[in-house]
Amino acid sequence: MASERYSFSLTTFSPSGKLVQIEYALAAVAAGGTSVGIKASNGVVIATENKHKSFLYDEHSVNKVEMITGHIGMVYSGMGPDYRLLVTQARKMAQQYFLMYHEPIPTAQLVQRVATVMQEYTQSGYTEELELDDAVHTAILTLKEGFEGAMTADNIEVGICDAAGFRRLEPAHVKDYLANIP
Amino acid sequence: MSILAYNGGAVVAMKGKDCVAIATDKRYGIQAQTISSNFPKVFQMGPTLYVGLPGLATDTQTVHQRLKFRMNLYELKENRIMRPKTFSAMLSNLLYEKRFGPYFIEPVVAGLDPLDNQPYVCNMDLIGCPNEPEDFVVSGTCTDQLYGMCEALWEPDLKPDELFETISQVFT
Repeated sequence: MASERYSFSLTTFSPSGKLVQIEYALAAVAAGGTSVGIKASNGVVIATENKHKSFLYDEHSVNKVEMITGHIGMVYSGMGPDYRLLVTQARKMAQQYFLMYHEPIPTAQLVQRVATVMQEYTQSGYTEELELDDAVHTAILTLKEGFEGAMTADNIEVGICDAAGFRRLEPAHVKDYLANIP
Repeated sequence: MSILAYNGGAVVAMKGKDCVAIATDKRYGIQAQTISSNFPKVFQMGPTLYVGLPGLATDTQTVHQRLKFRMNLYELKENRIMRPKTFSAMLSNLLYEKRFGPYFIEPVVAGLDPLDNQPYVCNMDLIGCPNEPEDFVVSGTCTDQLYGMCEALWEPDLKPDELFETISQVFT
């Protein structure tokens, strides 16, 4: 295939006008599981499916929802190894900011700095008035859209951030929310 | 003689009720010889934020320029003005970066928090160890005398005009 010649450099266009490495990256992201983030009036919710390739995994020992600082959490679609690298960098950037200004890093700042690593900046949000509990509900419904198989408290993850800070919900807690999903 | 006292100069700042005051001399000299009497050591860094940089005159100007540089970057990146407390943390970092070859200045920060208008004063040594008292701070070549005057004249909850009178009396 002719495009193979252009498969190694990230920024060399193939004769057909494609950046093949970028297309591969987008294809890898598309292959990943759904993740969602919702802003509510009194907090935010992030959620994702958490399915494993093999039954040899202890399900709850592998997490996609991660805490960055006391007030920021992160989740991903795409490749796990890349995500773990970004999480480590994000935590480091947040601590560097705190060391410099003795003030927790604003979320918009962290997004921008992580985005500099990824060379991309896309952020969108609903400003709709939404209660946190409803936002969790909406997040789970969104996951359900692209979910293959039955959704349980053990194969999805939910993280919330409110006045008390960021935390990952326990499976038992997620189960309560799932009970209200038709 | 210490390099900190080569050019001479002093700064004092104090809190009042919903206000702060900062005062300085404007002398530029070399030991006993006065060269100029219009050399600023206190700079306005924001709408309600001032910094005084008494010490070696060349470092006064260098640190002022470097602070301005870092602050401009912060305000462009974050699209908001800097709080006095944040400014102090940044200044403290700037000074400690030169821990083993320091700038010979002992800064004073005074200002009102842009969010809640709380008065804030702070001083630090030449490597950036901060001190944030509830009353007043002094810095420069005659701190012993200035502490004496502050302790004699300052009282809590002074109104702006009273605070102006107090800091003026302290300095003269």
